[in-house]
Amino acid sequence: MEFRYLPMTDADKQNMLEQIGIQSTDELFSNIPGKIRLKEDLKLKKPANEFQLKKELASMAARNKHTIDNTSFLGAGVYDHFIPSVVDHVISRSEFYTAYTPYQPEISQGELQAIFEFQTMISELTGMPVANSSMYDGGTALAEAMNLSAASTRKKKIIVSKAVHPESRAVMETYAVGPDLEIVEIDHHNGVTDLEQLAKELDENTASVIIQYPNFFGQIEPLAKIKELIQEQKKTMLVVSSNPLALGYLTPPGEFGADIVVGDTQVFGIPAQFGGPHCGYFATTDKLMRKVPGRLVGQTTDENGLRGYVLTLQAREQHIRRDKATSNICSNQALNALASSVAMSSIGKHGLRKMAELNMQKARYAKQKLEASGFEVVFNGVFFNEIVVKLSNSVSTINKKLLDRGIIGGYDLGKNYPDLDQHMLIAVTEIRTKEEIEAFVIELGEIING
Amino acid sequence: MNLPNDLLYSEEHEWVKKEGNKVRIGITDFAQDELGDIVFVELPEVGEEIDADEPFGSVESVKTVSELYAPVSGTVVEINEELEDSPEFVNESPYENAWMIVVELSDEAELDKLLSPEAYQAFVEED
Repeated sequence: MEFRYLPMTDADKQNMLEQIGIQSTDELFSNIPGKIRLKEDLKLKKPANEFQLKKELASMAARNKHTIDNTSFLGAGVYDHFIPSVVDHVISRSEFYTAYTPYQPEISQGELQAIFEFQTMISELTGMPVANSSMYDGGTALAEAMNLSAASTRKKKIIVSKAVHPESRAVMETYAVGPDLEIVEIDHHNGVTDLEQLAKELDENTASVIIQYPNFFGQIEPLAKIKELIQEQKKTMLVVSSNPLALGYLTPPGEFGADIVVGDTQVFGIPAQFGGPHCGYFATTDKLMRKVPGRLVGQTTDENGLRGYVLTLQAREQHIRRDKATSNICSNQALNALASSVAMSSIGKHGLRKMAELNMQKARYAKQKLEASGFEVVFNGVFFNEIVVKLSNSVSTINKKLLDRGIIGGYDLGKNYPDLDQHMLIAVTEIRTKEEIEAFVIELGEIING
Repeated sequence: MNLPNDLLYSEEHEWVKKEGNKVRIGITDFAQDELGDIVFVELPEVGEEIDADEPFGSVESVKTVSELYAPVSGTVVEINEELEDSPEFVNESPYENAWMIVVELSDEAELDKLLSPEAYQAFVEED
């Protein structure tokens, strides 16, 4: 069978056969017993030509519901945000798109500099002096932070708020198996971590307390109070998982004395993409710098005294440190980190703050409109861009009807929180217009009452 | 290879200097030469108990991180904080400025297991 994408001609094949000294390629498989060899053709459909194939794939893709033509109010960790057009242009450049790990600094300065910029921006947003070159995603970044806290403090108990993303907590459970860590979950009270319960659980065996800020419900956790509680235990670390866009407005966790700050940069320049890939970040203190998982890009000077970048502190990594390394990660999300860096640079420092403000303002407008229509928005604390609405019917039923009307509804909290059954977690980002928000409230009302 | 006569040595390339019921510990000239430029030294905390033959810290060079194995058991009473800012002391002055920890011995008899300068020299040349 001839394949038009394989460049070998019959003459090439003949030449190769002669070089090897055989008559046909069948002879290469002569030591595989005849009775286990497949004699008939594979049961595949007839090959399609390029045009037919494109049509078939296009019709499959057309079954997707896209945020381009459906208004999304779905958040819960993955958001519909503005992505500057320049992101695609920069990441599509083959020098970036096809770049492998920059182990050879002499031919990778562009890639290394881009990652260094990413690290710098994360460091500024989180208020932490050290940031690595990225992790796979926010969930595994949090699990790695958990492991680092246990390895560093040599303690096995991890306290985590139930207001941390359920999927992040599930990833933590998986990672806790190896080092045999004990995870204790704290309930929420009025949408934030129950501080009384936290105080009771905190003891000298606690490696870290893990909080999300803003939390899964969109509420802002009282990090100052939490740090104060933790401080009673000298060794216990404060680990914070944070939406980096929110950090454009909120006080950075570093200022509250967080030991490790992690999260996902999907909010900057990365589409929802059906759940991934996204891009985790990991930031920490100087004290923990040598325990950081993943890659670190450092700035240095070359033999001519010119500024250059390299992968540094590589002796920590698992391919050198082996079983003594704090993690087995030996990769990063370079292309997605680049997309986030380009988006953050393009939006700019002031633009980022403005973007965060718009998120907050629009979420407040949605809350206002919902309450005016008789809906109950639960939790009365300060929130970022997500709110929780109590509905009188199953959220999945309501979401099906919303989708028929071109609206992607919010997250069904009943899936993970029995006390929040029939409650919908709604996200309102900077690209939601006044008209879209109003239409959503009207449609929701019609569905509930209809 | 520099090998002071008044010290004892371990097969893990540490030197041990007896100071009453305490010992001062560091790594040998041979070790620092093998490791290359030292960039970081990780030491235990004062008050920590260490056990003979168990790792008590690590020393990092540009190409690797090596464990430091305790030549004796006891309690750490002093650590050399200078090494935090000047890890290069390990290369420049392994026996003087780059002492790492002082340990109060829990069992003086353990010193008998250590090597004399001649025995250590032979051990190194053997490899």
